[in-house]
Amino acid sequence: MSDPIKNPWSRRMFIQQGVTLASLAATTPLFIQQTAKGVMLPQGSGLTSIPGMPQDRILVIVQLGGGNDGLNTVVPYGSPDYYRLRPGLGIAAPGRNAEAALQLSQGQGIGLHPAMAGLKSLMDDGVASIVQGVGYPNPNRSHFSSMDIWHTASPDGRRGSGWVGRYFDNECAGAPNPEIGIAVGREAPLAMQGDTVMPVSFESADLYRWMGEDLDKQLSDPYSKIADDQQDQEAVDQLSFLKRTTMDAQISSKKVRHAVSQQPLVAYPGGNLSNQLQMIAAMIRSEMPTRVYYATMGGFDTHANQAGQHTRLLQQVGDSLKSFYGDIKAQGNSGRVLTMVFSEFGRRVAQNASGGTDHGTAAPMYFVGDMINPGLHGTHPSLTNLDGGDLKFTQDFRSVYAGVLGDWMATDSGQVLGRKWKSAPVIKTS
Amino acid sequence: MASGLSRLNPREFDYWKAHHLLQRAGFGGTPAQVLALKNMGLDDAVDSLIEFDEVEETGITARTDGRFDNDIMRPRTQEERREANMARRNGNEAVLERFRTERQMRQRSDRRQLAEMQQWWMGRMIESPRPLQEKMTLFLHGHFATGYRPVEDSYHMFVQNEMFRQNALGNFKNDLVRNIIRDPAMIKYLNNNQNSQRAPNENLSRELMELFTLGEGRGYSEQDIKQGARALTGYTYRDDAFYFNDRDHDNEYKVIFGKRGQWNGDDFVDLIFTRPAASEFICEKLYKFFVNDQPGFATGDGRTTIRQMTRMFKSDNWELKPVLRKLFTSQHFYDQANRTSIIKSPIQLVVQAIRSLRTPSRNMSQLVQACNYMGQGLFVPPSVKGWDGGRKWINTSTLFVRQNTLVYLLTGRQTNSRPWDNANGGFDARHLVDHLRDIPGRDRDQDAVTYLSRFTIGSVPDEDRLAQWVQYVRDRGGADDNSTIINLLALMTAAPEYQLC
Repeated sequence: MSDPIKNPWSRRMFIQQGVTLASLAATTPLFIQQTAKGVMLPQGSGLTSIPGMPQDRILVIVQLGGGNDGLNTVVPYGSPDYYRLRPGLGIAAPGRNAEAALQLSQGQGIGLHPAMAGLKSLMDDGVASIVQGVGYPNPNRSHFSSMDIWHTASPDGRRGSGWVGRYFDNECAGAPNPEIGIAVGREAPLAMQGDTVMPVSFESADLYRWMGEDLDKQLSDPYSKIADDQQDQEAVDQLSFLKRTTMDAQISSKKVRHAVSQQPLVAYPGGNLSNQLQMIAAMIRSEMPTRVYYATMGGFDTHANQAGQHTRLLQQVGDSLKSFYGDIKAQGNSGRVLTMVFSEFGRRVAQNASGGTDHGTAAPMYFVGDMINPGLHGTHPSLTNLDGGDLKFTQDFRSVYAGVLGDWMATDSGQVLGRKWKSAPVIKTS
Repeated sequence: MASGLSRLNPREFDYWKAHHLLQRAGFGGTPAQVLALKNMGLDDAVDSLIEFDEVEETGITARTDGRFDNDIMRPRTQEERREANMARRNGNEAVLERFRTERQMRQRSDRRQLAEMQQWWMGRMIESPRPLQEKMTLFLHGHFATGYRPVEDSYHMFVQNEMFRQNALGNFKNDLVRNIIRDPAMIKYLNNNQNSQRAPNENLSRELMELFTLGEGRGYSEQDIKQGARALTGYTYRDDAFYFNDRDHDNEYKVIFGKRGQWNGDDFVDLIFTRPAASEFICEKLYKFFVNDQPGFATGDGRTTIRQMTRMFKSDNWELKPVLRKLFTSQHFYDQANRTSIIKSPIQLVVQAIRSLRTPSRNMSQLVQACNYMGQGLFVPPSVKGWDGGRKWINTSTLFVRQNTLVYLLTGRQTNSRPWDNANGGFDARHLVDHLRDIPGRDRDQDAVTYLSRFTIGSVPDEDRLAQWVQYVRDRGGADDNSTIINLLALMTAAPEYQLC
């Protein structure tokens, strides 16, 4: 047994101190720790730069993998070309039949897929927005390459670090915060990987722990002491680093598993994305020092028999977003959580011969939160002025990132994105 | 502390030094293999690893011809091109659609082949009787990092991998750098197939100096990059082989490093190797890979040693064998400060666990996946910079994946199967402590825990921890009980020390 007086860096001391992680406490001078704490201020602390906007803002990214069909999500029902090019797949104008598009109050000739009632109600409440026609020049139609482009925010996608990761690098310089980014999923998305900071990732909180305990309960105690003999808080050698991270992992595991064991404040529809967002809401509620969360949902690569599949997918997206927002709002956190939804590309304008759609280009992005500029942003890409059968983008995704980074995360977006992009007005700035 | 490359007294080459050598110049070995290496004596032990050409290949490593299909991503035939062009002109959607679908099918089967290749290489590392050859191949893959996605031809990745393997301890300049500018995968990855005198592309020229030979900002200018790119024009490939396209090559005069000539790509390589940084940069990386990757490794004694390696490397005309032989027989390499000073890469973690503990290798595709989750996907490094390695491997979540992968190897139980099945893990761990049986009058449980600690985590833990571990073994079934040893190993491999080698 180590005596906490003689050994101030023992694991038990850290647990007593609560959330402070070992690698933060043990490597940084006190004044930097204070700065780091500033970043992680609990809600209601009143430190704001913009009236009504809390300083401890959180970004939740939802990735729709496979290429979501933007044209059947945000439906240009006012355009006859839409029905000409999608004779079987086109969604009827609002009111025309039971499966018709949902009317958006702001949209002229633009509606929402009928399964997106969840998003529509958020739109009606003024807490959701749609940014239309988002893409980039020389569009790449490979899932992997286009996803890499979105993740790295570089034109060829070959930069080894992601845009959120580089934001972490900036934020964490001198004040490490191992939990600054949490991705739900086994693999850390490239977007969240910095040049120095790696995000935490786990598929379920239950896997974010050591499985050896299941072999024999008697192993739990020796395991809990496996990094306990840390003596020198200033030590920079490999082993001290590993011991600190091991302690962090043990503490963090406990925190995360405790967080997600709470009952949510609202009902969730169930399903993969729903479960991920429920976990994220629970972690937010537990005041994890996390600035960015990442959730992913796949299955959007609808080359054949799209209609039924797409309805199920969008139902999950819309309903999950709505429950998530409701949960966050009930927690009192909806003012400091921004949710951003994207996909690596949209789909071709014309449907194909198998009742599906092939890989396309520009598509909308979706935002949810109290501090967003609500409604429809930008212009819907033309359905007649096409680029080889594909939409021409009207908004560069890096401008959208610039808006999120600058106006929400309060960071220098030029530094993260490699150059200055005009900020898209996603966030209310006054 | 031993400074520089002065030779280790061969009499000091003991069991634990042999253990260190086998971990660093390979992926570790069983107690019996370590003992055999130790008994060879220092020079023969090092030679047995370095002179791997003399070791016969067996099993998975023996045959590579025909193992992979080179035709999956073949370019279109002339006839197909004509048909596609015609369809594009006439707007014949049906034909274009057929070509698209066919291409998607090829891409899918190529991704399948890449997955097979990842497992094949993992298998080689686990089984090869030439561990240093595989380890150097891994080093070279990280150094001349090429990612599959933009290359989109698994066979080209295979060709490159074999090139690294063939030249693993060859001549760095003539066998490796010269070959890499002729390597189809690299040419595609860094767009040199688009580098022509009409439209120069600087990608390969830049990375050749910045990442492969000189190091960022070490004695070259933007001008040298531009002129070097001109020298590399026309270096492209056809099918699966290098092709020098005379018509694309810029044969005019160029000035590189202040020297004027009608330089081509090979001249460019020659010119690069007249720069001092060309020897220094790679020696630094070899040192970091084999000796110590702690931040600040290139200071003090590390600096001195790297300098001596650099001088030697240059005077040996960039031959890899002599400098590594010198390193592996040096006092410095075995110095206490350099033991357990490298954070294992995910591959090292997995392969070493299997080779040293002799656990079953379980399911190869799971192991490849596990390494992906830990951040090291074979054939898919994050960028041309390769893996940063060191502390970048470790965070709270990769640490759990590391610990749980070891639980999987030891027991066969998978983290994502609930409830865990009680399947027989098929691992007999008793061979690890068998050799301790013959010591009379000793506390066997204590001896086993002490030995296994050194064997797995490189040291004996402090008294409290040691006592607790010994108590666990005693309470549970003793050091001759297989499942007790396995549980103890699960605990030891979860220790922070186990991440080091």
